[in-house]
Amino acid sequence: MTTAAVFSDFQQYLDADHELKEEIRTVVREVEQTAREIQTIMQAIHQAAATEHVLSVCEKSEPQFAKAKEQFSELAKKIPDNQYYRFNDMWRFVIQRMAYLAALKVYLREDRLISQKETADMLGVKAGREDGFHLDLDDFLMGLLTMASELSRFAVNAVVSGDPGRPVRVSKFLSELDSGFRLLNLKNDMLRKRFDSLKYSVQKVEGVVYDLTIRSLVPAGGGDVPSKD
Amino acid sequence: MASNKDKGQHGRKKQVSVNENSPVIKAFRGYQTALDTRHDKHERIVKLSRDITIESKRAIFLLQRCAGGDSTETQGIMKQAESKLKEVQQTRFLHVAQELDQEDHYQFIRAYSPGLQEYIEAISFFHYLKDGSLITLSQVEKDLKFPRPSTPLAQPTATADTSATQVSSSSASAKTAETMQKDKNKASDDSAAELTSTSGSNRAEKTSTGGCDMIFVTVPPVEFMLGIADLTGELMRTAIMSVNAGNLDHPVEICKFMRIIHDAFTSYGNTARELTRKMSTLRQSLGKVENACYTLKVRGSEIPKHMLADIFTSMSADGLFVEDMEDSGYD
Repeated sequence: MTTAAVFSDFQQYLDADHELKEEIRTVVREVEQTAREIQTIMQAIHQAAATEHVLSVCEKSEPQFAKAKEQFSELAKKIPDNQYYRFNDMWRFVIQRMAYLAALKVYLREDRLISQKETADMLGVKAGREDGFHLDLDDFLMGLLTMASELSRFAVNAVVSGDPGRPVRVSKFLSELDSGFRLLNLKNDMLRKRFDSLKYSVQKVEGVVYDLTIRSLVPAGGGDVPSKD
Repeated sequence: MASNKDKGQHGRKKQVSVNENSPVIKAFRGYQTALDTRHDKHERIVKLSRDITIESKRAIFLLQRCAGGDSTETQGIMKQAESKLKEVQQTRFLHVAQELDQEDHYQFIRAYSPGLQEYIEAISFFHYLKDGSLITLSQVEKDLKFPRPSTPLAQPTATADTSATQVSSSSASAKTAETMQKDKNKASDDSAAELTSTSGSNRAEKTSTGGCDMIFVTVPPVEFMLGIADLTGELMRTAIMSVNAGNLDHPVEICKFMRIIHDAFTSYGNTARELTRKMSTLRQSLGKVENACYTLKVRGSEIPKHMLADIFTSMSADGLFVEDMEDSGYD
């Protein structure tokens, strides 16, 4: 093989790489669009915190989640085997956002924390690396942290819209999430930075609960999860 | 794991008693294990990469010593360098391959990329001095492919340290001589023939280890090219030094070779960000060699060979290069 051939091979590699990246980018852009749509729908929870309203908002996001699922499977097809991490910076942002939206939805509906596996299922991706296009653990955890800050906002707005019981439940949930995150040995990376701001979300909701409590505004049993009808 | 301890203190002042029965905590215990496993692996690979860098640098220094030297000395040094590089492959890279086994190599590329680049610089330098040609990606890949060992991954301790490197000259040189012969034969062959020779050379080891599978270290083409970009720096040094040693044809050859690399890199444009960064260094090195060639051409006819070498010696000793030649008062 001559020196020139070494370089022309590389040129070919670069061209192919470029093309593949373009294709990936196109699909990623579509997923991003869907994520924005869901995000917009979900924003309605801040207007009224009544359980029925929140549930109907979640309901409304259903078709978009289905769409995202399709788009992710489209994306998965583009990625060569065992090269997820070669390109994952390209969809890192959007998959984190989708993980956040999925986690938010599950919390609002069922008052519990979503698992990594469930999130992966909702997005139509695999849970483990061995199985192909998957939800990276870091991305999932980032999603949870974004959800936490969204929930702290939700708690404040719930009070305004006349549901003083909500912050108590959110506070409980967040402090549990916080103690969960404390179990992790994080490196000095993005996740760590994001986690460092989790305490502010927790604090904020605690403040709301405090305000309500000293004024005896929390309804009796307000901290209990309302029974499902 | 020491890292577990210090990180766990984050915000301990709050008295949140961890309720082990909570589903949230249970889930996070799982995430904790997964994260720790990955971080530990990452750290281990970074360590290996660092070792690879150090040993590759040593091999490069060794090779620099032989550049332009007389042939008997050169042969000895080349042998030594080859066994050193083989050592790196068979110990460090084997460990890396074991760590990467069953993983997405790209997940850990940042951990092993520095070592890999340095190694590529060393092996391509060696290859150039031996054959006068550029090593190919498939040749590099071939060296980083190993039969799967039957034993599970041993923690990389002091198994192959400096002592082992010294010993290697006896045990490895036998093997090396054989592989060198093989390399020579195959240098001109195409990649298909390479593949067969790979499996041939590995068969002996395969039976001894009992594994039936191959493990390897992925060499992304971009990393390969970054290593090649570094190679030009070494070539520049060689070119200048070979003038010192009285070899006046060598710089011209090297200059041609470097120009091919330079031209190729220019055509890539800014496709890969790291490549562009190395371009300016490449250009500088090439400039130095070109100037040296110029001086040889102009002055070569009027100064006796040994005196010309003296000029270069004093120049490189002062860290000066050819531009300063004109006013050095040599008339």
